Amino acid sequence: MTAGLLATGIGVLFGTGVWLCLRARTFDVVLGLTLLTYGVNLFIFAMGRVVARAEPILRPGVAPTLANYTDPLPQALVLTAIVISFAMTAVLLALALASRFELDDDACDSGVDEPRDDDGEERTR
Amino acid sequence: MTGGAIWIAVPVLLPLLAAAALLVLERAAPRVQFAVALVATLAGLAVALELFAHATTDAIGVYLLGNWPAPYGITLVLDRLSALMVVLTAALALPGLLYGEARFAQRAPHFRAFFQFELAGLNGAFLTGDLFNLFVCFELLLIASYALLLHAAGPRALATGFRYVVVNLVGSSLFLVAVSLLYGVTGTLSLADLAIKVPSVPVESLGLLRAAGYMLLVVFAIKAAIVPLGYWLPGAYAAAPAPATVLFALMTKVGVYAVLRVGSVAFGVDGGALALLGQDVLFALGVVTIAVAAIGCWAARRLGSLAAFLVMLSAGTLMAAVSTGSGATLPGALYYAAHSTFAGALLFLLADAIGHQRGDTGDALVTGASIHQATLLGLLFVFAAAANAGLPPFSGFIGKLAILEGSLGSPEARWLWAAMLTGGLLATVALARAGSRVFWKVGTGPGAAVSLAPLELAAIAILATCSVALALFAAPAQRYAAATAAQLAEPGQYVRAVLGAPPVPGPGAHVASDGLSR
Repeated sequence: MTAGLLATGIGVLFGTGVWLCLRARTFDVVLGLTLLTYGVNLFIFAMGRVVARAEPILRPGVAPTLANYTDPLPQALVLTAIVISFAMTAVLLALALASRFELDDDACDSGVDEPRDDDGEERTR
Repeated sequence: MTGGAIWIAVPVLLPLLAAAALLVLERAAPRVQFAVALVATLAGLAVALELFAHATTDAIGVYLLGNWPAPYGITLVLDRLSALMVVLTAALALPGLLYGEARFAQRAPHFRAFFQFELAGLNGAFLTGDLFNLFVCFELLLIASYALLLHAAGPRALATGFRYVVVNLVGSSLFLVAVSLLYGVTGTLSLADLAIKVPSVPVESLGLLRAAGYMLLVVFAIKAAIVPLGYWLPGAYAAAPAPATVLFALMTKVGVYAVLRVGSVAFGVDGGALALLGQDVLFALGVVTIAVAAIGCWAARRLGSLAAFLVMLSAGTLMAAVSTGSGATLPGALYYAAHSTFAGALLFLLADAIGHQRGDTGDALVTGASIHQATLLGLLFVFAAAANAGLPPFSGFIGKLAILEGSLGSPEARWLWAAMLTGGLLATVALARAGSRVFWKVGTGPGAAVSLAPLELAAIAILATCSVALALFAAPAQRYAAATAAQLAEPGQYVRAVLGAPPVPGPGAHVASDGLSR
């Protein structure tokens, strides 16, 4: 049950993340990447087996096997991944803001000489 | 190398410390900052050469970070391939720094710090023996490259930079998924330990493992700019500032290096059901990349874009050459990797110098202003073009010849021959056309009356010298490449060296046992 819920959650995060990444505006893409990294972080966490009420730190009297403890390594990996994705999101936001104000446009393909397909509302400002 | 093993960490630590120092010295005189960066870069070069000398003895050096025993902690591993890549990085760092110091550093004050961060990331990626650490090093070099690309950037770099960042962030997410899948299935992330665990994975988990392996290949293909994942490269590299492109010429090789390393150790010949995973796909995509990049060379409208497509061309060539089933093309590929790095970086610098001297015309391939130092730059351009296109007698020719010779008799040979020869021809014509446009079709009067600064000239001279030296000393270089390929063909050596590396005994061991009993 827990595993199924977690898997569904990861799937939803990945799905929405990918969908937003494919949008043509920078803000949507930033949001999409953020959701994607949330999904990734949960996924890493899940790869260390989903166990409830188990501790990551050794306790005296409890046999030091993974049956009695949660795997601490994925937690360390998640922590690293969170820090890195946070920094990357900050860079990306700065970049999106810079291109919004420098180019006066928040389309992902702005400044390229290919002609744009006009859908109407995205271009009006 | 137990006592001296700490030196393996120096190529990572030294640039990191230098970068931190440069950030502290933010407001110091540019001359002071340059001195710090220069000393760090020169020291890095010296250490890299020392490590290279150690690698030529065929011994594999291992450094256990934090003195954790091998499969549990993170290891830094120095074998012939890592040493080669670290030396390449150090050899590129010096010209990049010198060239950037001349003009770019004046309007991009943090250039020197970012440059050192990128060096740390590159060296870390080449030295690490742990997949998650490889991810961290990738991120380090990527975030530094974002900064270098967008530091003091114009609108063009902003537009292409966003796509570059997004593509690589998606790649990083995939990398994490692949790495954690591997951990979930095998319970380890150390490459050497993976080599042991992968062949004995139970059948029901093979599908997951295969998915993880392919996902890793996708990530590495993004870094190596292989079609269809490499379309971020031409725009981003053409818009990047020249001193950054020197390192960027090496960044596609990081992807190829990762394919080679993970392919040879974790999914190598001993990989059981997953041996040589995805090699045929990578070969085909490499060939397609050669074709696409060659066409791109013709479509390029600026000298910088042309150089970017040539980087893509060499990445495709490399990927195809390291993915032939026999492995006989590997020595040639390694030689070609060194050559194409120097030649690509040289062309990027020349494109920038030419663009600077043509004033408003820039490096656009149109009739434009004349070049102030036309003779000097023209001769250098002819050399760089010949080297990039693989014309004799330069290093590009030797590298291509070695790859083609190695492929003889294998089923892939005809594809490789057709792609590389046609690609080389197309690139030659594109370069010749570009050269005649830039140097001969001079219509709109003189350009900017600026000469190359001594530092810029020095940077270009270093790259040209490296390229010439690679051709002059082709025999020893190819012997080294052959020995490297032989070492890669026997991942057992690597695995034994890493897993057998003893932690340093001493007060540390005592404290650790105390900590456990408490």
